[in-house]
Amino acid sequence: MQTKYLLSTTAALMFTTSLALAQDFRIGLAEDPDILDPDQSRTFVGRIVYAAMCDKLVDITPDLEIIPMLATGWEWSSDGMTLTMTLREGVTFHDGEPFNAEAVAYNINRSKTLDESRRKSEVASISGTNVVDEYTIEIMLANPDATLLAQFADRSGMMLSPKAAEEMGIGFGNAPVCAGPFSFTERVQQDRIVLTKFEDYWRADEINFDTVTYLPITDDTVRLANLRAGDVDMIERLAATDVASVQADDGLLLEQAVSLGYQGLTVNVANTDRSETPMGQDATVRRALSLAIDREVLNQVVFEGVFAPGNQPYPPTSPWYNSDFPVPARDVEAAKALLADAGAEGISVEVQVSTNPVAQQVVQVVQAMASEAGINISIVAKEFATLLSEQTAGAYEISQIGWSGRVDPDGNIHQFMTCEGGINDSGYCNPEIDTLLNAARTSTDVATRKESYDAALAILQEEMPIIYLYHQTWIWAIDDAVAGYVPYPDGMIRLVGVSKTE
Amino acid sequence: MLLFIGRRLLVAIPTVILISIFVFFLQKLLPGDPVLALAGEDRNPEILEYLREKYRLNDPLYVQYFQWIGNALRGDLGISLRTQQPVLELIGEKLPVTLQLAVMALVFAMVIGIPAGVISAYYKGTWIDWVANVIALSGLSVPNFWLGIMMILLVSVNLGWLPASGYRPFSDDPLQSIRTMLMPAFVLGTAIAATLMRHTRSAMLSVLQSDYVRTARAKGLREKVVVLRHALKNALVPVVTVITLLFGELLAGAVLTEQIFTIPGFGKLVVDAVFNRDYAVVQGIVLCTAITFILMNILADALYRVLNPRIGAP
Amino acid sequence: MTTIDLATPAEALPPRRNRVWAKLRRNVAAMAGVVIVGFFVMVALLAPVLPISGPAETDWGAVRKPPSTAHWLGTDEIGRDILSRMIWGARASLLAGVVSVAIAMAIGIPLGVLAGYAKGWSDAIIGRVTEALLAAPFLILAIALAAFLGPSLTNAMIAIGLSAVPIFIRIARGQTLNVLTEDYIESARAVGLGHGAIIWRYVLPNITPPLLVQATLTVAAAIIAEASLSFLGLGQQPPAPSWGAMLNTAKAFMEQAPWMAFWPGIAIFLVVLGFNLLGDGLRDALDPRDT
Repeated sequence: MQTKYLLSTTAALMFTTSLALAQDFRIGLAEDPDILDPDQSRTFVGRIVYAAMCDKLVDITPDLEIIPMLATGWEWSSDGMTLTMTLREGVTFHDGEPFNAEAVAYNINRSKTLDESRRKSEVASISGTNVVDEYTIEIMLANPDATLLAQFADRSGMMLSPKAAEEMGIGFGNAPVCAGPFSFTERVQQDRIVLTKFEDYWRADEINFDTVTYLPITDDTVRLANLRAGDVDMIERLAATDVASVQADDGLLLEQAVSLGYQGLTVNVANTDRSETPMGQDATVRRALSLAIDREVLNQVVFEGVFAPGNQPYPPTSPWYNSDFPVPARDVEAAKALLADAGAEGISVEVQVSTNPVAQQVVQVVQAMASEAGINISIVAKEFATLLSEQTAGAYEISQIGWSGRVDPDGNIHQFMTCEGGINDSGYCNPEIDTLLNAARTSTDVATRKESYDAALAILQEEMPIIYLYHQTWIWAIDDAVAGYVPYPDGMIRLVGVSKTE
Repeated sequence: MLLFIGRRLLVAIPTVILISIFVFFLQKLLPGDPVLALAGEDRNPEILEYLREKYRLNDPLYVQYFQWIGNALRGDLGISLRTQQPVLELIGEKLPVTLQLAVMALVFAMVIGIPAGVISAYYKGTWIDWVANVIALSGLSVPNFWLGIMMILLVSVNLGWLPASGYRPFSDDPLQSIRTMLMPAFVLGTAIAATLMRHTRSAMLSVLQSDYVRTARAKGLREKVVVLRHALKNALVPVVTVITLLFGELLAGAVLTEQIFTIPGFGKLVVDAVFNRDYAVVQGIVLCTAITFILMNILADALYRVLNPRIGAP
Repeated sequence: MTTIDLATPAEALPPRRNRVWAKLRRNVAAMAGVVIVGFFVMVALLAPVLPISGPAETDWGAVRKPPSTAHWLGTDEIGRDILSRMIWGARASLLAGVVSVAIAMAIGIPLGVLAGYAKGWSDAIIGRVTEALLAAPFLILAIALAAFLGPSLTNAMIAIGLSAVPIFIRIARGQTLNVLTEDYIESARAVGLGHGAIIWRYVLPNITPPLLVQATLTVAAAIIAEASLSFLGLGQQPPAPSWGAMLNTAKAFMEQAPWMAFWPGIAIFLVVLGFNLLGDGLRDALDPRDT
């Protein structure tokens, strides 16, 4: 296996050097990815590397439509209990193993049964698979699941070489073998990840780089400096406050896309006795806090207007956004009136926030705005691991936290708002919401689903266990020698069709 | 001397064990669940519980400790929860990086700090003393991250002389390796240089007023010989202590410097490990640095004896 | 002291103090240090009565604005007046610097002298504890403290102080060992002076110069360490300012708003310079060999 890599790499090098120097594409990442096993990994930044290494069954368009990738077509049975997928022919994994229905069955099984798998809840609805022929597979469900295709457009749909996965077990992430445009070459923790072009990739002619190198550079200023110095070709998550200076720079391009996630204030409404505050017990007080915040100004002050103000789990640009509840304008008087109604004038509340400077700016702006309405916020900064465990344990009153977002709206709302939701840290529980959100999961009809989400949203706008504030915008800064980069709202860097002129 | 070193080495063993116990329990007492910290957005309780069982995080603390020390004695420091890499391998990968940075920084610091201290003490009260002092103090009072970012903006972005960040192993490409390390080593070295300069100056001042320097001068020795041979040698006693202590400061300073220049060394590893509650990694690093510190201390005391033979064996 | 001058304790000290003060006053550099440090201490003390806006008062229309007549030192990332934050921040930063060094010296010097003077078992035990303290990463210590005591400026000072203890122990011990080899100690012993007297009269004055120098250096390090700790959420809690925290935030705006880093940077530089000049002066004034 190793020899084959070497041979193909050497061959590629020898071939291209006659035309031009081997082209390396260098990307500055904001963080160091965790383990590179799609079934075990947990970070957003890891998914950026997979985008060049591990193809998925389906992909999305920038408008979030599901399109073919390793599966060329699919069909739901009329009862929504079986999904039949037709697979791309002639695809091989990086180790030369063939991609076929057996491989898909193996991968689904691995996601479901590997002890360390983080994908279990994403593929929980699948009850079994049936290999119909070499390139057709039937996926049987225990209950209808509208979110499944969206899951297949992410880590659950990434196909690993069954042979390599079997051999390496949970150590797969140290030398992953997938079926994407680039194969894994080397990784030095916290320093770099190097991938090499896979010559047998099914779209190899649209791949214009011989290698791609990911460099985790955590400091925003330094990451941009690397781009300016020509040490990297593109960087992800440019700071919003740097947008103006990149726009003014002739040698740099700027691309952006509003993310699928959100940032907000999670209020402890029923998670241990720390919820027994006016803020936790009285939805009127929460609405008052929401009204006291000028989301537009917050966006201007902290993000120079680059992000998107928001008040729902998905951004106003999303097709799922409930337009009956637009982003509210600030109304201090109304907020004061609500507080007076609730008998909660001049209340104090503690907001916990991570030590990230941007998060602290957001909370300080909120603090200043809330104080004008008569809500006294005290800020407690906590290092992230502490923040997370105290939030889970209910040892907080309000927590400033967000969500990176999922393609299907279910991923942004179900696990936060249902009584038994996996990440329901506010402790909010309303059977009506459970019914609506569960119904939205099972229907494959978009209009029906939208109705359920709209109804749920109407209730949540009153109850506000989470006060949504804004939606991050993914911002990429790119050397102007690079062409063909398309921004996606999932924040991934897709390299098919991207090229660089020297 | 050998006997002295041997005895100190023997005494060091319980110290290392003490430190390992101290740090082990200290980090177990930290809030934040390692499994949860690692889970990030994927918090399936079932898997979290499985991982807790798997890594035996539910066992009583003393059981966990004995397990760890037992494995450590067999040369197994466990694996990183975050990346599944063996800790020993991680340390082997990162240690040379930080050592290179620390040595280069120390060289910068000594080349700048000690001569500056000697000169400033010799010309005490004159403008030379003043200039040396102000420069040294700016090195001390300018935070590493500020100086680092300013240097990247100036030297890499505007002048294009040196790479902005990153690291090349010395064995890969010695020249490039030194080039990438120049700025970080300088930034790390400046603060240390200031400390060295101040200590050298202080020690030199004391020594220059002492009887034996007066005697040496009275004997009609040349000034250069008096200052460099007689005075400096004695002044170096406290300076040596400071240098061995600075080794710790170097490692701590390396944390920030590595963060800014994105150097994959020890400092970055330990910060990430603490934040992720990656216990095995923290514990392994602490063990490693503890041993290094103790060796440095023994070295310092041995040097003391060489520099000041009047300190007899206690 | 009590063992030497039982008869006239009150008269034993003042002459020495006067002598030190007189020497200090003649030293121009040291007086410059006194003036600088004094200035910042005054500013810090007067913060509540100075005619400035509140340090947490925001102006959404003036975010990251350069110095102007309305805001003499400019505004910060969420539109607060930097002058006001500098003045209020002086309190936190001076406290962080001075208190943590006081903690470190109060623990470190007695232990170091004891270890160097008594040698034997106490030296061995203190030596091991020092090593253990040195080897425990500052970060772990800091986070653990934040966790137990809750994050605040006070706890940041404790963490910084504790982490600076070993250096004082080591220097005090090394210097004590050095001093003990001097002839005058032999003579003092020969005359029959007690341990307390020898330590007070001969050891302490002779080990003070390097300790003072270290103290003034550590004040600087402590002010900067407070910045790192506020980054961890252990230092000054937002929105209250400290110079370190201000610098830390300014890091992200080095290009767009350089003044945000400039003012706290200059202030830290001046205070550090002041303390060091003062330290030098004290060192000379206390030097028993000098006339």
